[in-house]
Amino acid sequence: MSNPTDCRYTREHEWVRKDGDTYVVGITHYAQDSLGDVVFVELPEVGASISEGASFGVVESVKAASDLYAPLSGEIVEVNERLRDEPGLVNHHPYEAGWMLRVRGPAGASLDGLMDADAYAVYLETVH
Amino acid sequence: MTENPGDQPLRRTPLFEMHLSLGGRMVPFGGWEMPVQYPAGVLAEHHAVRNGVGIFDIGHMGQVAVSGVGALEYLQWLTPGDVSRLEDGQAQYSLLCADDGGVIDDIIIYRIGPDQFLVIVNASNTDVDFAWMRAHLVDGGRGVSQYRVNLTLLRPDRTLLALQGPRSLETLQRCSDTDLSGLGYYRVMSALVAGVDALVARTGYTGERGYEIAFDECHAGAVWNTLLEAGAEFGIVPCGLGARDTLRLEASMPLYGHELDRSVNPYEAGLSRVIRFEKGPFVGAEALQAVQSSGRVRALIGLELTVPGIARMGHQILLPSGEVIGEATSGGPSPTLRKSIAMGFVPVAQAIEGAHVCVEVRGRRLDARVVAMPFYKRAPAKRRAVSPPG
Repeated sequence: MSNPTDCRYTREHEWVRKDGDTYVVGITHYAQDSLGDVVFVELPEVGASISEGASFGVVESVKAASDLYAPLSGEIVEVNERLRDEPGLVNHHPYEAGWMLRVRGPAGASLDGLMDADAYAVYLETVH
Repeated sequence: MTENPGDQPLRRTPLFEMHLSLGGRMVPFGGWEMPVQYPAGVLAEHHAVRNGVGIFDIGHMGQVAVSGVGALEYLQWLTPGDVSRLEDGQAQYSLLCADDGGVIDDIIIYRIGPDQFLVIVNASNTDVDFAWMRAHLVDGGRGVSQYRVNLTLLRPDRTLLALQGPRSLETLQRCSDTDLSGLGYYRVMSALVAGVDALVARTGYTGERGYEIAFDECHAGAVWNTLLEAGAEFGIVPCGLGARDTLRLEASMPLYGHELDRSVNPYEAGLSRVIRFEKGPFVGAEALQAVQSSGRVRALIGLELTVPGIARMGHQILLPSGEVIGEATSGGPSPTLRKSIAMGFVPVAQAIEGAHVCVEVRGRRLDARVVAMPFYKRAPAKRRAVSPPG
């Protein structure tokens, strides 16, 4: 699966996509494939703040728990409630229905420090 | 258990290349490099075993042949179970206990013939177990100089496969001219499987009907492929350690290094049924008798989380008041029950079915309930109607 070009990527395999004046956050295809079947996603509440590089939640696969790291700072305006009953969406549609957070960033927030799809593809070659 | 102790290279079963070609994700386990899952994923593999059939490479497990005129007497001394109750073709779940009653390993003893037994031990414990078994050939405690017994570690010459699931008999029968339908639970027989001389046992580690098949390792690929083809109609998939773990957890079967270790005695682990004092003396008997008369201090309990989340090994178990009473030994999702389950040790006084407890997961206290084990018990096999109703 190729990584969408309208997203930016972290070294911890999260993606973020600008959508109007908010940002949508999830984990990459590589991340979900490495984790295996996702059975539970622990996310913060709407209204909570996340800060770039800090853990904002946990994704549990059958075998292990893994931290989720925020690709940007901001306030959570929506969490993907479907993941409560269908955590497997993270595996099957990591860039669409398996999204996790919608975040309102600070004015003038920039994603320039994150990798674009090409840079992330190169990065994946180094972690294999 | 999943660590590779020391710097020893990981061992590989004869099916290693097969796993790679099937897309198996290889991980270290008990000193071996084994598939944790295949592309279908742990959940799909789990469901295949509950609803159809799955095949596992368990060639990492240790197989020790015990033979000779003193074999029975030796096993009676070595293990807490009554091996004299076994007839040819029968198997017994048992233990190796240390002198202090702690569990060295859990094992299965198969009686192949009058003076011929096969003992299957855990992969990670094989070397320790074999050394322990050899050391007990000379029994200082009773003045018996030497049992007339041959001990042989069969691996790597013999390998083991497991075929598990409600369609396992049909799958296996397609590969054998020997009628296997009469082989009962914990029974073992010789049969040709895919044209190969094999020992077929109706045992397993999944809580489902199933078979474990031992044969010469040079036939591993051929037998594996023949079983895969035979099971295609029933949706057979190769299954890895991940599914093996979720399946055994649902069935509340202990895993060495989790529910069992040297610091745990069989009473605490709920395995008192194994122990038969009436058979005569055995290694660890005095210590176990003391536990029996004074009563066990801890008990293994089953937990079901009543809120979303996953409890895992090492997470603390607490009373609602916040008092820590124990620790989870295993935990994870139950794909069959669609619940989150765990096992753990708590003081006997707290091991009350229905009691409300908490599990601390990353600083959060998740509500849980003490429940009866096993978490999952398969429905009895469907009987064919012999006559129309009415």
